[in-house]
Amino acid sequence: MNIGVLSGKGGTGKTTVSTNLAKILKAVYIDSDVEEPNGFIFLKPEITDTKEVKLAYPVIDDEKCTNCGRCVEACQFNALVKTKKDIILFQKLCHGCEACGVACPTGAISFEDRKIGFIEIGMSDDIKCMRGILDIGEPLAVPVIKGLLKRIDSSSVNVIDCSPGTSCNVVNTLQYVDVAILVTEPSEFGLHDLKLAVGLVRKFNIPFGIVINKESNDKNIIRDYCKEESIQIFGSIPYEREIAEIYSNGNMLVDNEKYRNIFKGIAKGAKAVIEWN
Amino acid sequence: MKIAISSTGKTIDDVMDSRFGRCNYFIIYDLDNDEYKAVENKGITSGHGAGIAAAQQILDENVDVVISGKLGPNSYRIIEGEGITMLQAEQDKISNIINEYRENKLSHQKGAGAAHVGLK
Repeated sequence: MNIGVLSGKGGTGKTTVSTNLAKILKAVYIDSDVEEPNGFIFLKPEITDTKEVKLAYPVIDDEKCTNCGRCVEACQFNALVKTKKDIILFQKLCHGCEACGVACPTGAISFEDRKIGFIEIGMSDDIKCMRGILDIGEPLAVPVIKGLLKRIDSSSVNVIDCSPGTSCNVVNTLQYVDVAILVTEPSEFGLHDLKLAVGLVRKFNIPFGIVINKESNDKNIIRDYCKEESIQIFGSIPYEREIAEIYSNGNMLVDNEKYRNIFKGIAKGAKAVIEWN
Repeated sequence: MKIAISSTGKTIDDVMDSRFGRCNYFIIYDLDNDEYKAVENKGITSGHGAGIAAAQQILDENVDVVISGKLGPNSYRIIEGEGITMLQAEQDKISNIINEYRENKLSHQKGAGAAHVGLK
C-alpha cells in the first residue's frame, strides 16, 4: 500500500507530513524528492545499504560509423549532433532510451552505463527509510526516482515523500501511488498550485484527501475550495511558533503529545479513503 | 558565401533576434547572389537542447558565418568546432547588419554566453 504525499507548491509541508505520518503508521518512509531529499534530517536513519543508479549512453564506433546521421534524426532529446566529420554526443541530454542504437544501419552504436545518482536504505528505530539522491550537476531526476521506487515492497505500507510541483518527477512517482495526500497552505499560491495537483491525481484516478498546513483560521480559501469540490480534508496543522521551532531543530512533531493526535487523525482519514476504494 | 542571422521575422526588414537557440527564424543570406531564405528555428519547439537543435540546423545549411546576440555553451561549442565564424551584433534590422558585415564592422563572439537565456 503506497501513500503518496504531494503538494503542487513547494514548502507547504510534504516532508513534515510524510515523516511524521510514517512514524505514526510504523510505515516505510521513502524520499523520492531526489533533487533535494530532506526527510532523513528528521528521521536520522543509520544507513545500511547504498546502491548506484546508472543511465545508459551511446558509444559510437568510428570504424563502423558512416556519418549518415540517422541516430541524430532518431534522438528526441537533441543529445546527438552530426558535424562534417563525426557525431557528437551531449551526455547530459541523453535519456538512455537507446533509439539511436535501433536507428543505426551499421551497428556502430553500443551502450555504456554511467552513474547519475544513488539510493540509500537505512533504519530509524523501527522505521525503514529509503531515499534517492541525484548527483550534483545531473539534470535528469526521473531515472533515479524510478531506480528508487522499483525497490519498494508494496505489501508493506509505504509513505512516499514526493518532489514539489506537478511535472515529470511527480508524474513518475504517482505511477506507484495508491492513495494521495495533498499538503497545502492557506495562501493564494498554495491554492493555485493545489488545483494543479488535484487535477493531476484526478487524471490518474488516485483517491486523495487534503492536509492544510500552517492554518491559523479555520475559515480560509482552501476550506472553501474543498467544500466546492467535495474534497475530503484529512486534517490540519496549526500555524504555531512551537511547531516551527521543533521543525527547525530537526525534530519530529509526533514526539510531542500535543501534535501526535493531528497525525493520528490524518492517518485515519487516509486509511478510510483506501477502504472506500 | 552564406551567412546565418537569428531573426524575429522572415525578411531582412525584420529585426535580429539576440537569442540563438530560441529565436523564431534564421535568415540564410547568400552574399554571392544577394538571395536569402528564412527557415523556422527547430530549437524553438525543443523542451531541452534548443541550442543544440538550432546549431544542427545551421550546420545542415552549410553556412560560413553566424551572426547573433550571444550563443549558449552547447551551440557555441558545436559552431566553433565546425570552424564557422561567429560574429556579434546589436538588435537592428537584418539588412543593416548585413551592410555592417560587408563593411567589416562586426566583432567576433568572445565566448559562450549563459545557458537558457532564451527561456527568460
